[in-house]
Order: sequence, then structure tokens, then C-alpha cells
Amino acid sequence: MTVHFKIKSARLPTLALALVISAFASASTAQAQSTVDEGRKLAFDRSKGNCLTCHVIKGGDLPGTIGPELVDIKSKYPKREDLVAILNDETLRNPLTVMPPFGRNRILTEKEINAVVDFLQTL
Amino acid sequence: MKLRSAIYLASAALVLAALTLAGALPSGAADKVDPVADAKAFRKFFTDKFPKVKLEDFVNGPYSMNEDLYRQWQDKEQFPPYEFSLEMGKEMFSKPFKNGKSYADCFPNGGIAIRQNYPYFDEKEGKVITLELALNRCREANGEEPYSYVKDEMAALTAYMAFTSRGKPMDIKIPNDPRALEAYEKGKEYFYTRRGQLNFSCATCHVQSPGERIRAEILAPALGIVNAMPIYRSEWSGMGTTSRRFTTCNSQIRAVPLSPQDDEYRNVEYYLSYVSNGLPISGPGARP
Ligand code: HEC
Ligand code: HEC
Repeated sequence: MTVHFKIKSARLPTLALALVISAFASASTAQAQSTVDEGRKLAFDRSKGNCLTCHVIKGGDLPGTIGPELVDIKSKYPKREDLVAILNDETLRNPLTVMPPFGRNRILTEKEINAVVDFLQTL
Repeated sequence: MKLRSAIYLASAALVLAALTLAGALPSGAADKVDPVADAKAFRKFFTDKFPKVKLEDFVNGPYSMNEDLYRQWQDKEQFPPYEFSLEMGKEMFSKPFKNGKSYADCFPNGGIAIRQNYPYFDEKEGKVITLELALNRCREANGEEPYSYVKDEMAALTAYMAFTSRGKPMDIKIPNDPRALEAYEKGKEYFYTRRGQLNFSCATCHVQSPGERIRAEILAPALGIVNAMPIYRSEWSGMGTTSRRFTTCNSQIRAVPLSPQDDEYRNVEYYLSYVSNGLPISGPGARP
């Protein structure tokens, strides 16, 4: 009985853990995928990020040329805080930048900025 | 970190440019406003930045910034899209008001070939008078309703007046009156002040970024930027006055535009016209 129980209890958690892990893993990729999509949408949306006004971004139409092309972002900015900071208020890094302070002026919410950063990290 | 240093370098250059443009801003003792030096530095900024563009071509806005576009512009001038407005303006201009007088009675030289002198500073009133404002005042003084500043009638009248002045160098005077200098200075300040949710000044687009694409549009340089007004824009499928252009630019940066012919817009137009002195009137213009 005890043995039986032990076996059960030994197997159960592993199984449960495995289940939990796989569920968690699939949930998190799904979530990551959806924030990336959300971020792309925000970046391309004219009334939101409208990043295409100034940046060439893979997959976007009619880009402007005011800012640098957004490529290899992950190697240039391995730390996501740096990207969040650029989006929050690039004038802190470069007072004369033409890039709007998306966070400071509440053009994008914190959540939206995070989604855009997720998207940027795929570029 | 090449990019960072590039950014710092670029911003240092911009600070310098901004300072020269703003006529040595901060520390200077009692900062004397010096429009002559301003205009010189302003012109030099653009001619240095675009050494290939002929001085008189800056007035062609986005067309001066891009060779392909320039060719398109030359083609367009064969059958200019503002022709209709010009005809209408000519007719309106010569048609007498109900009281028998006409626009010609309100302006020096019968209103012909005088566009280059507007806006001017009126020392009696202590304010800047733009051509659009003077036209409406002329109407009202003769018992007519004023026109909308952003619609076709005003565009037609100013198109005609600009056309009779084509090629004449912009010739804006700042009379020896502290209020005139103040109007100029305020206009300049408005031009360089950031505003709106997007945090742009007029200069962000037209000094820092001329020639760049903002989406599909190529930004015009601030030098000579008012010389071509009013303009026909394909995007508007119609004509736009200076008032329409200023308010539209303000809306684009999600700022609340001032009402047309607000003192501040009049001052900005005064400033921009003064620093474009010597460049030819090219209005009416046609734009993509
Ligand atoms: C009006 C122009 C403009 C808009 C709109 C704009 N940017 Fe920028 N951006 C710039 C400029 C110019 C730079 C260059 C750095 C500077 O000026 O400080 C830049 C730099 C960047 C950088 C750093 C790039 C690098 O290679 O170092 C990132 C990342 C970036 N922008 C992301 C965005 C995102 C995401 C959006 C939209 C949510 C956006 N930008 C909207 C003008 C703009
Ligand atoms: C967000 C960028 C932006 C800002 C800020 C901005 N403009 Fe513009 N402006 C444009 C665009 C885009 C056009 C159309 C393309 C062109 O001609 O430059 C334009 C055109 C113009 C033109 C017509 C130029 C021509 O030859 O067709 C004038 C005049 C002008 N702007 C004045 C101003 C003034 C004054 C301000 C500030 C109150 C201002 N702009 C702020 C983007 C801007």
C-alpha cells in the first residue's frame, strides 16, 4: 500500500510536471507569438507606433528614411531595457532626436511598448 | 558602439546648427536679436547641406530635394494643375465688389507684382499682416464677407497675386520698431519649439529632415518654404493656402492647430519669409 502509494506519488509529480512544463511551454510560445504580432501591428499602425514613417522595417510598406533601418536589433541591443528606453523617450539619449517619446507622451502604453520591443527583437 | 558615437556626433552637429540658427541662444548677454545674421546663417545651413541645389531652386519644396521628382515637376509645369485656380483668381481679382471698388484699390501697385512684400509689419497696428489677412480685410472694408482662409477662393486670389510676382525676390522688411523685432523673434521661437504628442517643432521636419521621406512624402527645406504658396497638392486634389498648410502640419504632429491667421502663425510666416529673402517667388506651386 505504502509502496504502491510511493510509486504513484513518485510518478504522478513527474507526469504532472511534464504536463505542466509542456503546457507552460506551449502557452508561452503562443503568448510570445501573439505579443510579437501585436507589436508588429502597433509598429505599423499609423495611429499608434507609425514607426514606418521614419524607419525601414521588414514587411512594412512605404517606409520613411528619417531614422535608421531597423535590422539586427537583437545583436545591437541585447538588453531589452535599452529598447524600452529608446521607445519611452529617445530624447534622453539624444535631446535633438526627431523620434517621438512614445512612453513619456503616452502615445503607447507600457504594455504596448513591451509588445513592440518583443517584435523588435525578432528583427 | 559606432552608432552611438555617430548619434552623438550628429547631435553635436545639430546643437551647433540649432545654436547658429537660433542666433547664439543661451548665455549671450541680453541676446540681441539679429535678423540679418540669422538669415545669413539660415541660408548657409541649407546651401552647405545641399551643395548641389541651386539657391533659387530651394523654393520648389520637395522637388528641389530629389532629381527624379525634379523631372516630374518640370513635366508637371507643362500642364500645371493650378491653372484652373489661377484663372479663377484672375477673374475674381478683377471683378468689382458690390460697391464698385476692387482688390486693386486696397493694395500698392493695384495688387500686381507685390507678393514678395508680404507679410509686412504694420507699425500702426503693431502686428504682422499677411497677404491672406490683407485680402480679407480688403473684402470686409468693402462690405463683403471674408473668405475661409483654408478654402479655394483664398487660394485662387493668392495664386493669382503670386503669379504676377513670379521671379521677384522675397523682400521682407523689419522696420526699426521693437515690436517688429519681437514679432520676428516670436515667429522664430514658434518655429523651433517642439509641441504636440509627437514632440515635433516645425524645424524638426523642415530643418533637421528636409529631403528625407516621411512615409511617402519628401520633406521640403525651410529655406524658401513659403515662396511657392499657395500650392496645388495631388494628395488634397486641390489648392491649399499657407494657412491650410500650417494647420495641416500642426495636426500631423497631433498638436492642436491654432486658428488660421492667429498671431503666432502670422509671426512664423514673417520669420520664414524674412529668412527666405532674396529667393524668388514661385507660387502658385504644384506638389505631389
Ligand atoms: C519621426 C521619426 C521616428 C519615428 C516615428 C520613430 N523613430 Fe525610431 N528613430 C528615429 C531616429 C532619427 C533614430 C536615430 C537615433 C536618434 O535620433 O536618436 C531612431 C532610432 C531608433 C532605434 C535605434 C536604432 C539603432 O539602430 O540604433 C530603434 C530601435 C527605434 N528607433 C525604434 C522605433 C520604433 C519601434 C518606433 C515606433 C514605435 C519608432 N522608432 C518611431 C526616428 C523615428
Ligand atoms: C511631422 C512633420 C512636419 C512638421 C512638424 C511640420 N511639417 Fe510642414 N510639411 C510636412 C510635410 C510632410 C509636408 C508636405 C511635403 C513638403 O512639401 O514638405 C509639409 C509641407 C509644408 C509646407 C509647404 C512646402 C512646399 O513647398 O510644399 C510649408 C509651408 C510647411 N510645411 C510649413 C510648416 C510649418 C510652419 C510648421 C510648423 C508649424 C511645419 N510645417 C511643421 C511635415 C511637417
